[in-house]
Amino acid sequence: MTVNGAPTGYDVPAAGGLGLRHLARSPAALIGLAIIVFWVIVAIAAPWLAPHPPNTPLQALLPPGSETARGAFWLGTDQLGRDILSRVIWGSRRVLLYAPLATAFAYAIGITIGLMAGYWRGWIDQALSRVSDVVLAFPVLVLYILIITTIGASGLNIVIAVVFASTPGVMRIVRGLTLDARGRNYVAAAQMRGEHPLAIMFVEILPNVRGPLIVDACLRMGYVTIGIGVLGFLGLGLPPPDPDWGGMVHEARALAFVFPHIVLFPCAAISSLVLGFNLLADGLRELGRQ
Amino acid sequence: MVLAVLKRLGLLAATMLVVSLVVFLLLEATPSSVAIKVIGPYTTAEQQQLWLEQNGYLRPVGERYVEWLGRFLTGDFGESIRFKAPVAEVLWPRLWNTAILGLTALAVIAPCSILLGVIAGIREGSPADRSISVASIVTTSLPEFASAVFLAGVFVFWLAWLPGTSSMAEGWDWRQLVLPVAVLVLYDLGYVARMTRASMVEVMATAYVRTAVLKGLSRARVITHHALRNALITPFTVLTLHINWLLSGVIVVEAFFAYKGFGALLLEASLNQDIYLIEACTMVAVLVAVATQALADIGYRLLNPRLRGT
Repeated sequence: MTVNGAPTGYDVPAAGGLGLRHLARSPAALIGLAIIVFWVIVAIAAPWLAPHPPNTPLQALLPPGSETARGAFWLGTDQLGRDILSRVIWGSRRVLLYAPLATAFAYAIGITIGLMAGYWRGWIDQALSRVSDVVLAFPVLVLYILIITTIGASGLNIVIAVVFASTPGVMRIVRGLTLDARGRNYVAAAQMRGEHPLAIMFVEILPNVRGPLIVDACLRMGYVTIGIGVLGFLGLGLPPPDPDWGGMVHEARALAFVFPHIVLFPCAAISSLVLGFNLLADGLRELGRQ
Repeated sequence: MVLAVLKRLGLLAATMLVVSLVVFLLLEATPSSVAIKVIGPYTTAEQQQLWLEQNGYLRPVGERYVEWLGRFLTGDFGESIRFKAPVAEVLWPRLWNTAILGLTALAVIAPCSILLGVIAGIREGSPADRSISVASIVTTSLPEFASAVFLAGVFVFWLAWLPGTSSMAEGWDWRQLVLPVAVLVLYDLGYVARMTRASMVEVMATAYVRTAVLKGLSRARVITHHALRNALITPFTVLTLHINWLLSGVIVVEAFFAYKGFGALLLEASLNQDIYLIEACTMVAVLVAVATQALADIGYRLLNPRLRGT
């Protein structure tokens, strides 16, 4: 990230600086960022914010706003008597650990192979593009289910599944941007200076195409968050008892029509986080077009 | 044109071949795990060995794959472990139910998203454009299970207008289809509407639209006769490509509302390690996805006059 749009020595692309001053021109981006920061703070401060331990049964099926001798249960308790507010707070940790982790890995791999395919072209490009076509042919959830069924449900395996499914998409975008950039003068200049191809890819091209990539990364964080939530909801996510938002809905699905409060709050939590990512992406895209 | 279509179909077949290899290797590369999944984890090593021998699993992987592919192509998907019946018998009725659900959703998504996208795109930055854009960001941010919870909370729990399960246990009932379709529509509408809007905005800025305005045509005529014809190519492609996404959504929706479709079947197969059923479901899902992609490409060629002759 650049510091408030300070000159970097390269052609500054459309969606250049990402400083707060720059963001302030887009209300959508600011609201999105505020939502994300809110959940990050909640996740970090979970041990101090949560009024009750997240996995301890206290009193079953209290409605929201209950006051008992054991304390207040603002969002009520679930079918096992666990405090929903505390579980939503602790649940933010899991999603904010696995979603960024998986997205970061997908980006690290996707950027590397995308740059190589776009810069070198030829058989490397052909091979990588055909492989990514095959992965992208799968409906994403079918691919998740297939992978999780094969290697089992655990935190690491969810990250593996998400990385496997997301990398080809990242690669495609990077490849397209690189194809466009490799004809520019600054790349020709670097080639004339005799720089190593890898240096040209990572030092010259990558910083110059970061604008669209950052927008895509925000969108992808939203999709990955949904994907991890959906896996939890389907019962293929992280193992209980530690709370995660999708898993909370899965466990109480049978009660959804009788005690909607159990499933309502985790759903609101995940929806707001995804909305934050999407608003930020949308705001950044608009700023990039200006 | 014919050549282009044939080439596209060849690519489709090649993709399916590779996909089949991936699916086979993921699920059947290690015979011992297949034995555990089919005859159960509480069997002795001798029983598992015997089963592997009887079912030809001790042969090389390549040989097994070719035989598996041959059976698959003739519609023999093996026996479902969970349903104790041929996979084909279980799969086809479920697929039919999902087709009804998915096509109903598409029938709602297509006109609504195009209408909203066109209204938003006619004048960029108008109040209508802004409100449609905000609404579509919000709706696409809701995971399908979350919007299912919200809609069910309002229409099942609070108002009690609609049933909360869609298992169609007492015969076909359209009321049970309302919520699953609504969830799919809510999730997919925004994306298609935004793409239509972008396409419309682009077309409205072209020289030929400006010419039409300048030669004094009415606004309605400019839009219906000049702008829309080109602006609608994008939503056609986006909608067709979106069927891939719809297949993911269908799994969640069917699981939530207990709709007896193919998505729920795939999930059930996965939770029960019913590998032959998983293989068949996966291959069908990918085939639908890849075939609609080919359809989008071919359709794009037909709709775009500049590509028609090639």
